[in-house]
Amino acid sequence: MSPRMRIFSFREFDWALLAMVLLLCTLSVLEIYSATLHTKYVGFHTKQLLWIGGGLVAMFIFSKIDYHRLLDWAPWAYGVCLVGLAAVLVPGIGHKALGARRWIKAGPMLFQPSEWVKLVLVLIVARYFANLGGRGLTWKDIFKAFVLVGIPMLLVIKEPDLGTTLTYAPILIAGLFFGGINIRQTVIISTACLVLVAGAWTSGKILKPYQKARLTSFVNPSNDPRGAGYQLLQSEIAVGAGGVWGQGAAKGTQTQGNFLPIPHADFIFAAFSEEHGFVGALFVLLLYFSILMRLIQNAQTAADLSGSLIIMGVVAVLTFQILVNVGMVIGFMPVTGIPLPLMSYGGSSVLFTFLALGAAMNVRMRRFVN
Amino acid sequence: MDSHDNRRGEKLSDLKLVMVQYGILLVMLTLTAQLWRLQVLGAQNFRNLAEQNRIRKVPILAPRGKLFDRENRLVVDNYPSVSCFLVREQTRNVDADLPLIARGLNVDLDQLRATLRRYRAAPGYQPIPIKQDITADEQAFIEAHRNELPELETIDEERRLYPRDGFAAHLIGYVGEVSEEDLNNPRFAYYEPGDVVGKAGVEETYDQLLRGQDGSREVIVDSHGREVGYLGIQHAIPGQDLKLTIDNDLQKAAELALGDRNGAIVAMDPRNGEILAMVSRPSFDPNAFAVRINRTDWNKLIDDPDHPLLNKAIQAQLAPGSTFKILMSVAGLEEGIAQDLKINCSGGWGPYGFFHHCDEHHGAVDIHDAIPYSCDTFYYMLGDKLGIDRISKYATEFGYGQRTGIDLPGEQAGLMPSAQWKLKNYHARWYPDETLDVSIGQGAVEATPMQLARIIGGIASGGHLVRPHVVFSDQLAADFRKGLLESYPGSGDVDIPMDPETWITVTDGMADVTQPGYFHTAGSAHLEGIDFGGKTGTAQVMSHEALEKTNKGKATNPNVWFVGVTPRRNPELVVAVLWQNGEFSYYPARIGAKVVAAYVEKQRRLAHNLVPMKAAAPVEMGAVWTTPQTGGKTANEKNDTARMQAGTFLVKDGQIVGQAKPGAHSGMRPAAARSAQEVAGLATAHSASVGGNQ
Repeated sequence: MSPRMRIFSFREFDWALLAMVLLLCTLSVLEIYSATLHTKYVGFHTKQLLWIGGGLVAMFIFSKIDYHRLLDWAPWAYGVCLVGLAAVLVPGIGHKALGARRWIKAGPMLFQPSEWVKLVLVLIVARYFANLGGRGLTWKDIFKAFVLVGIPMLLVIKEPDLGTTLTYAPILIAGLFFGGINIRQTVIISTACLVLVAGAWTSGKILKPYQKARLTSFVNPSNDPRGAGYQLLQSEIAVGAGGVWGQGAAKGTQTQGNFLPIPHADFIFAAFSEEHGFVGALFVLLLYFSILMRLIQNAQTAADLSGSLIIMGVVAVLTFQILVNVGMVIGFMPVTGIPLPLMSYGGSSVLFTFLALGAAMNVRMRRFVN
Repeated sequence: MDSHDNRRGEKLSDLKLVMVQYGILLVMLTLTAQLWRLQVLGAQNFRNLAEQNRIRKVPILAPRGKLFDRENRLVVDNYPSVSCFLVREQTRNVDADLPLIARGLNVDLDQLRATLRRYRAAPGYQPIPIKQDITADEQAFIEAHRNELPELETIDEERRLYPRDGFAAHLIGYVGEVSEEDLNNPRFAYYEPGDVVGKAGVEETYDQLLRGQDGSREVIVDSHGREVGYLGIQHAIPGQDLKLTIDNDLQKAAELALGDRNGAIVAMDPRNGEILAMVSRPSFDPNAFAVRINRTDWNKLIDDPDHPLLNKAIQAQLAPGSTFKILMSVAGLEEGIAQDLKINCSGGWGPYGFFHHCDEHHGAVDIHDAIPYSCDTFYYMLGDKLGIDRISKYATEFGYGQRTGIDLPGEQAGLMPSAQWKLKNYHARWYPDETLDVSIGQGAVEATPMQLARIIGGIASGGHLVRPHVVFSDQLAADFRKGLLESYPGSGDVDIPMDPETWITVTDGMADVTQPGYFHTAGSAHLEGIDFGGKTGTAQVMSHEALEKTNKGKATNPNVWFVGVTPRRNPELVVAVLWQNGEFSYYPARIGAKVVAAYVEKQRRLAHNLVPMKAAAPVEMGAVWTTPQTGGKTANEKNDTARMQAGTFLVKDGQIVGQAKPGAHSGMRPAAARSAQEVAGLATAHSASVGGNQ
């Protein structure tokens, strides 16, 4: 095959994975349509369609660039990301909304660097551990990995954006796990992390009081029936009211009556569960499970360690987001503002997910390349 | 690229991948288990919760009962009004809109922010009241900004419309939002936050009847409280309309008569206790309370040294001054002392080493002169003979020191001192010298205008004392009436046996007060052709000695009183006038005369126009038209002339006596001309024609 032809060749593309992803996207668009029917967000489903279309294009393009080249670019991208994150914090450049400075305004578009950092982190962590070659990790290696992920984490938590900060953690954990950390190191690091988290919690400097309140209100939502507790309560009511078969599309009273907070974004799973019931919710979980299993299979068949690490980084981020978002919706987890991949409305989230999937496709397409 | 080449072929360990797979499976199973718990096991429970979320009872506010005067003329009405509410949207940050809202609705931005802060803890669906009774302009602003400010909503309500210029404001009272303290009070158990309740006057006493019962609509709402569907309705029961005993015409006359003076007027029918007029000054505008009153206006009302919110007719407890001498006269006559007391007034008396002044050197004075002269010396001596115990017994029997039991909130009891009272409160003996001060209504004695009206009206009625009230009780259910009497206890309706001689002597003395005559304290309040008696009172606010040291500003002026009746015996009207820091007691007497004139004027007009002359009932005994039975009295010349004027009129107009007019208005028959300047502004063209009769 001539090089020119290969640009248009998607023979090794994971069409099965794409089919499952597109099925989820379809459900997402339908639910966004239903959930925004009576709100000022009406019409957001068409916007979401555009984002998905853009995401698909980005994914195809991304998958065509050899991931080894991507890994080579990763340090540069990492540098750009740090600059971007730092810029967000500068009042003149960073765009402030809802009390947090998370966006950079580029023309008419608002763009959130912290989403892109996820992708870059997946790549840089994969590159870092692949270069270590799978041998046992020294404490120095581990320390470097922590610095690599810790710097952007600190910058993002300053915005403040607790949810996104937390999504960086699974990338590091996956890297360490597959990079060859041993059990003794795991125990020591886990203990150290626990102490650090407890310290940060009590010191009151890292976490703002409202962030703490959000994190704790899920334990007893009725303590705070107005704020985050209220959201959780309404979300639980919505899911529960769905029953086995659901209230029917566009018929969920919690969703349609605006009792659910932002039912097209963070709480879309609650809206979906209310309108399509246990059966619908289970089907979505099954789709996620299948997608993740398919990705893991791709990781297994990857041509080299770096490829596998890229895919497993993606798996880690996606799993974490699903767990935290769905967990939040059904009352297991605190409200952190983490979107549900492929379901929640939002350009940055959709683009990141498709690019992450593109990276995974990329690895799969090159599994037979010696 | 090179760096990657040497690691080609290296793979992830399958074990770790399997571990991850099982980990993900575990996550999925956990989530599924919770979904099962919520959606399959808890479905019914959560369905109910969801239902409760969206079905809301929206209250339909019951219009408050209207108030009418005794002739069914509207006094307090309702009017439709629009209020603006802010509906919070979780997804919208309204803080940025606040300056625009504040400008458009003409509210203070800081106050608006404070309101929002107060409601921060309230559930999201609860609308926040921003401004009540918005103007058409403000309504237009909301309509014009529907898109920019979707959080603003308007709600139609019925609001109280009170008479202008504080007309009868203290009697009517006002309404306001129930306060948090009130909600904790068991009396307000059936109120909810945000309810509008009566806060003073009739509005407070009869709140339970006036408020009606709010209805409700069951509607389906979204989380913003916006109605998206409709289930059922329970209509509101409007509040009961109430007929007040006041007469708008007399109320108006009393308001005009008192003018801007700091004081009060209460006019009552002493036969049944119906309050015909009640004025307190300075007044306030209850309409300012119908909408939430702003802080500056409220502070102005609270800080005013003349206490505009105080209903002085029932809440000002002050030394009654010489009006107390009526009670003293009754006590002295009933005890058989005053008849024989003939004294020489040489400007005062001081048997206990401390000289007590009298205003004049009255010379020879007996009980018949003592009342019109208001001779202090006479009453010092009478009081000394009676002693504090007997004075206190009579005063208490007639109602001094006790609430009258009027159906208005906040009535004060006044104070009637006694030896026992002093022992209990000051742990000291009563000195006979103190009795002298009490005898002229000073010292520790305190009374309200309402009390004086009831007591002096009752004495003029031969000992028939009544519980004053402002609402006709036939409109009230039996149990409400019973509760009312329990909630507003007082001396109530009593008949005190009185010697007819006492009655006649005292009432004649009161009639002389307003007759022109040397030493007569209210001769200038004389009403020609109207049988009108009364008693003036001047109560110093400080002692003569202290007064010498001041520069005698307005605040040192005495409180002046007048309590008048018409006719003198079995009166149809008693009017008590208080002017705080007024000057001379004949001023309140003239004010009282204006009220009396207005009353008589109206009754005469009614007698002429409405009652057929031929159907009139005969005159009752005891009314004006009988010649005063002066008993053994040696009347002085001036008094006799004055009394003869009334008598002359009777003789001249004898023809009418036979034909005119029913008992109810017996005192009000067409009469001789009254001096026009006495009732300036109140006299009508009709009275001029009546004047022509003579």
